Amino acid sequence: MFAAARTLVLGMFAMAALTPTTPAAAQHPASHSSRIERVVSPGGVEAWLVRQTHLPMLALSFAMRGGTAQDPADRPGTASLMAQMLDEGAGDIDAETFHRRLEERAIEMSFSAGRDALTGSVRTLTESRGEAFALLKQALEKPRFDAAPLARVRESVLSGIRRASTNPNSLASETFSATAFPNHPYGRRNTGTLEAVAAITADDLRAMHRRIVARDRLKVAVVGDITAAELGPLLDDVFGALPAGTSLTPVPEIAMAAAGERRVVPMDIPQAIIAFGLPGLKRDDPDFIAAFVMNHILGGGTFSSRLYTQVREQRGLAYSISSGLVTLDGTGLLSGGTSTRSDRAAESLSVIETELRRMGSEGPTTIELEQAKRFLIGNWAMRFETSSQIASNLIRIQLDGFEPDYLDRRNDLIEAVTLEDVRRVAKRLLGDPKLLVVVVGKPEGM
Amino acid sequence: MLMTRRSFTTGLAAAPALVPGLALGQVPVERVFRHGLANGLEVVAIPDHRVPVATHMLWYRVGSADEVHGKSGLAHFLEHLMFKGTKRNPKDVFSRAVTSAGGNENAFTSYDYTGYFQRVVADQLPVMMDFEADRIANIVLTDEVVLPERDVVQEERRQRTDNDPGARLSERLLNRLWGDGHPYGIPIIGWANEIAALSREDALAFYRRHYGPNNAILVVAGDVTPDEVFRMAEETYGRVDANPAIQPRSRPPGPAREVGDRVRLADARVRQPSLSKTSVVRSYRTARPGEAEALEILAQIAGSSPNGRFYKALVTDQGLAVGAGCFYSGSALGDGRFGVYASPRPGVPLERLEAAMAEVAARLAEHGVTDDELARARTRLIAESVYSQDSQASMARMYGASLTCGASIADIQQWPQRIAAVTRAEVDAVARHAFDFSRAVTGELVREERS
Repeated sequence: MFAAARTLVLGMFAMAALTPTTPAAAQHPASHSSRIERVVSPGGVEAWLVRQTHLPMLALSFAMRGGTAQDPADRPGTASLMAQMLDEGAGDIDAETFHRRLEERAIEMSFSAGRDALTGSVRTLTESRGEAFALLKQALEKPRFDAAPLARVRESVLSGIRRASTNPNSLASETFSATAFPNHPYGRRNTGTLEAVAAITADDLRAMHRRIVARDRLKVAVVGDITAAELGPLLDDVFGALPAGTSLTPVPEIAMAAAGERRVVPMDIPQAIIAFGLPGLKRDDPDFIAAFVMNHILGGGTFSSRLYTQVREQRGLAYSISSGLVTLDGTGLLSGGTSTRSDRAAESLSVIETELRRMGSEGPTTIELEQAKRFLIGNWAMRFETSSQIASNLIRIQLDGFEPDYLDRRNDLIEAVTLEDVRRVAKRLLGDPKLLVVVVGKPEGM
Repeated sequence: MLMTRRSFTTGLAAAPALVPGLALGQVPVERVFRHGLANGLEVVAIPDHRVPVATHMLWYRVGSADEVHGKSGLAHFLEHLMFKGTKRNPKDVFSRAVTSAGGNENAFTSYDYTGYFQRVVADQLPVMMDFEADRIANIVLTDEVVLPERDVVQEERRQRTDNDPGARLSERLLNRLWGDGHPYGIPIIGWANEIAALSREDALAFYRRHYGPNNAILVVAGDVTPDEVFRMAEETYGRVDANPAIQPRSRPPGPAREVGDRVRLADARVRQPSLSKTSVVRSYRTARPGEAEALEILAQIAGSSPNGRFYKALVTDQGLAVGAGCFYSGSALGDGRFGVYASPRPGVPLERLEAAMAEVAARLAEHGVTDDELARARTRLIAESVYSQDSQASMARMYGASLTCGASIADIQQWPQRIAAVTRAEVDAVARHAFDFSRAVTGELVREERS
């Protein structure tokens, strides 16, 4: 119950939250990649391990390619519901017993489905890791999808969808996605629709489980009080018996549609919620790092970005304003958003458009580029503090297709970005900015 | 609003503390060191050498509950204005120094405290101290920066509260619970009409009255030794004069409420109704020994999901709700709050949910909790005190929040032992009071039907 002064709201879109746009790298080379041990179990399961013994606990994260983009077109929400059901009873353990066993040992376990991957995480005290890993194994291998917990979890998901249907931020995000990616999995809501979620059967969940929860698409990271020798056999215990997956449905590449269009969704609220975006680039684009630096200057997460300065500091038009790169397997976006006063929504949007165009035509200044690099390079170490944070960062790096040495190389990549690189990518993305804009509220003059 | 060790922890002893009677065996407790400066500043150092990073937080013993009537939002508004520069470090010089080293910064305001923090590479610590010490007494404000910032705060209020029916209900409920005359009944961010009237002069007057080293606690967690922290603090903060205007502070007790009350908010946008019952209870600060810990355990037993009493009864067994829980807010200089909440399934009237909720509460009040529940709740809370040590920032936050609300370092460090010592009889005793809803304030969030 406290009000933060300058908290930035990053990522108006569900997608942005699911896809960290942070490229990875390291400030203190010796402290990063050299600390990562690549553990390969006797059975061939690989994990990246960072051993830390200061606390008697460990964090494990994993990901498997194939997320909500694998949902059948008439059953959006299947992967998400499947993920939420994994800890609701497995093998010969019913849901209530499963939860009680977690609680008795203070083990934290969660699963969720993003656009392109299913992810999971576990946090446990060292002394309870046997139980934690045993329960994780059951959850992944033999989820029961029993009727009673399914009904309960389904109601909770439906409640969330109903809530979101009149939440201006959710509505802006969903309208944006639906407009930007029509007839494509990325245009659908991760959690599905009321109709679809009501119709999903236990068999649908089983089918999705067979497709996604597979050993050959698995990435694992472990951080904490465990040695490589101890971890190896445990990896086999947990993941070794998972089958190879059936083939995933290819997710078609898609470029953002409706560029240059503006949609207003009327809602009786005191602010106008603005979501904007335009075609970006994918993670494997050679200009990704330059674009990342460019976006930091434009609207990234510090109190000195151009959008923050122009919209908030100089004009007092909004409390939060930011932009970010969204990278998915099948597309890339530069997107952003703000919540601004209704009577000056048009002015806010105009300031945003002016800043995008200015970046596209002029690029950043030498000083801005230098400041951005110093921040991004110095800030890299800050992102590897808690065990869970480290584990999920290592998963992201694996999903992006990099080796452990990327932790050290990343800052070199940032350092190597030139003014020319940033100008080139700024011109490419923002030279003739055709924004898709979604506004929820009662914006005056729009 | 934090004071338990649940997202935080403490330890003067280097050796791990042993908590008897637990399945958990050894419970490690972080090492913490304290030093007082001549000007009254308290300095707390929490070494953490895992990464070459330090979290630097300056906490003031002032919050929205210290505002005078009619000036709501002033503590928070001043917090925003603290980023506008000083004579020596004008404009955003401080912020630029933070970001140029890759650091993060922010600030926050609560009822009882206001905090400013930076996370930086550890070798930047003396620089941060120099800037933060300068900001204790030397900010410069002009209307040119104050007026747009007041607009920003109005947008913050709209974004956090006015846009959201649930947040608006919560604001009204707290106002009704504490009453207009109690500072906890006034929203931290302030009423819109009062924010609109706040001036540069108001902010400066509040600043001069409440900011000073003798009203602050410095918490540094990270890759630095306590001796270094204390030496650097002497060299920077030590040069700031104590503020003679600082007064001891206190909070009035919660209102003597004879009967319950009800706040209802109907909005056309509500798609998921909800129901809550909130009472004023003692906080860690105002409770008898062991009482707050018992409330903490009770909230865990009643409120955890999905095995807590309310979730299990209302969601799992009876199928009346999509979610249900229980909370205890015990971190405060004054009294705290205890409450339960649930969201009905479609078609379930709130009256029916309320009756079912009352049954669960009555059962807890009458029959208390089981040994098994008590054991699970203890394990869970003590494990959280281990997990919390994994985050430098949450450790610093826990210490700052607890110390500004009157706790001692020993209080924080002994929390796991006190949790371990709570008996079933103690939990049952607080349950009888906490689940007596006859003086609670009920909150109803419902959809407004338009014909």
